[in-house]
Amino acid sequence: MSETPVEARGLVKQYGRITAVDHVDLTVNHGDVYGFLGPNGAGKTTALRMMLGLIFPTDGTVRLFGRDPIAEGAAALEGVAGFVEAPRFYPYLTARKNMQMMAAYDGGDATSRVDEALGIVDLTGRADDKVGGYSHGMRQRLGIAAALLRQPRLLLLDEPATGLDPGGMRDMRALIRRLADDGMTVLLSSHLLAEVEELCDRVAIIRAGRIVYEGAIADLKATAKSAYRLRTSDNAKALEVCQAQAGIGAARIAGAEIRMEAKEPAIGELSVALIEAKLQITAIMPETATLEDLFFHLTEGSTPGELDFPATEASVVGEHR
Amino acid sequence: MSPGVLTVYRWELRKLIALKRTYLGLFAAAAVPLAFTITLALRNGQPKDVPFGAYVHQSGLAIPLVLLTFASAFLLPLITALVAGDIVASEDQNGTLKTILTRSLQRGQIFFGKVLAALTYTLASMLALGGVAIIAGSMVSGFHSLTTLSGTTVSAGSGLGLVLASFAVYLIPLFTVALIGVMLSTITRNSAAAVVGTLVSVLLIELIGILPGLESLQPYLLTRQFDAWQGLLRQPIDWSPITHAVWVCALYSIPAVIAGYLVFLRRDVAGG
Repeated sequence: MSETPVEARGLVKQYGRITAVDHVDLTVNHGDVYGFLGPNGAGKTTALRMMLGLIFPTDGTVRLFGRDPIAEGAAALEGVAGFVEAPRFYPYLTARKNMQMMAAYDGGDATSRVDEALGIVDLTGRADDKVGGYSHGMRQRLGIAAALLRQPRLLLLDEPATGLDPGGMRDMRALIRRLADDGMTVLLSSHLLAEVEELCDRVAIIRAGRIVYEGAIADLKATAKSAYRLRTSDNAKALEVCQAQAGIGAARIAGAEIRMEAKEPAIGELSVALIEAKLQITAIMPETATLEDLFFHLTEGSTPGELDFPATEASVVGEHR
Repeated sequence: MSPGVLTVYRWELRKLIALKRTYLGLFAAAAVPLAFTITLALRNGQPKDVPFGAYVHQSGLAIPLVLLTFASAFLLPLITALVAGDIVASEDQNGTLKTILTRSLQRGQIFFGKVLAALTYTLASMLALGGVAIIAGSMVSGFHSLTTLSGTTVSAGSGLGLVLASFAVYLIPLFTVALIGVMLSTITRNSAAAVVGTLVSVLLIELIGILPGLESLQPYLLTRQFDAWQGLLRQPIDWSPITHAVWVCALYSIPAVIAGYLVFLRRDVAGG
């Protein structure tokens, strides 16, 4: 039996003629903090719902630690916790009562962990208040606390920081980082790229229901060719030098600067050539692709603003799937 | 300990206790007999053309039976529908269904825990109506012997037993109404639609009973079983309407439970 925390293969969900999730393959390994990225409506939440057994796939399979949440129901969620969209509780019950109920539904000794879980998310002082009076951020934290009651080995979180103020987002990130450091595998669905870049090692990027990239963030960045911006005392003459230089590609004038694709050694040689051509280099700046650049490229087929990174290998794989 | 149907049942009851609207139905169930009895005490009249209506001033035990006749057609089905129609749909609408479905309970356990809670609330509303009617009726008209539908008289103690048994028999079709409510609550995913749908179902069945040409269906209509308890108030007791009610109600209840269960088991939970 496979013990991989999450293994989705060929996952499809159709609503009538609309395909919300289209042959999604996804693997989350032990210890991963795995980002599930995509614009709103891309199919992230639908995929997560299938993983938690809340909705039934039209086709494909999901395995959580080797067990099928569709066929086995709650039994397959042993060691798994999380929430999709905003966590929901009974507003007319206190946070403690809600937690006691969740613990009762979990069985075992979960009830003995209620106070501890509330403490982890800093809600001890408000535990006896009705959840109806809670702020959005407090409910998100309560959602994490309810998940922790299950002592999960895998945590599935859907947009946990959405709607939080900057302080709340920082605290949520710190909490997730702490849980991951304790050895928990985390699958984090988000469209907050900074959050994913800060927390995650590996990502899947989904667009219109299809995975267009799955792998390490570092590998994704490496697929983008590195680019440089150059300013000199005479850009026209410098462009001729660039075009004649080996290892420099796609050089062109863009406003007051020259933009080009090149690896670092070629830039060293270019700077020598420019000096030999009696040109003054006023600035030479590397442009490293951020996750945001790559995300927009993969999900919209273009990059925002002036950045213009070439297609990554990952996107090519996605397009020809 | 592994959680199960009883775990869900206990927490469903706690949730009902915490909800204000729970008390609305129970209050109505208690207020109607109280208002009826107070009116009887203040005025000397009596309900006409109603079984036991002629005896409301002779024995307080006749009052719950008159009220059972009045309340059986609409009031108690309404109170039942208020909770049964809401019990699954409200969770769907509020998004809490997905919260509890991601714990360690199977869907079937959650469904049957909710069914038990809906039936318990039905019983509670019945106890509220019956309890207040018996106590208030006995205070106003006295705890005296009861005249049966056959014209014989039974002692107050036996009469009380027959009244309690009558309420128990009436629970059979009322439980059926509750099960239809839970089924509609599961299928419609909308509290208002399920509550109204339950009541409309009861009214439609009643309507079928008065349509010309459909008289042969009358013995099989759910609403006709509301009066089955009257068999207890005959001397000797006529069990045939009661046994008939049991299997007719089963014809409605079993498909309702199976349909609700299967829908709950296979439904996509995407709300909230």
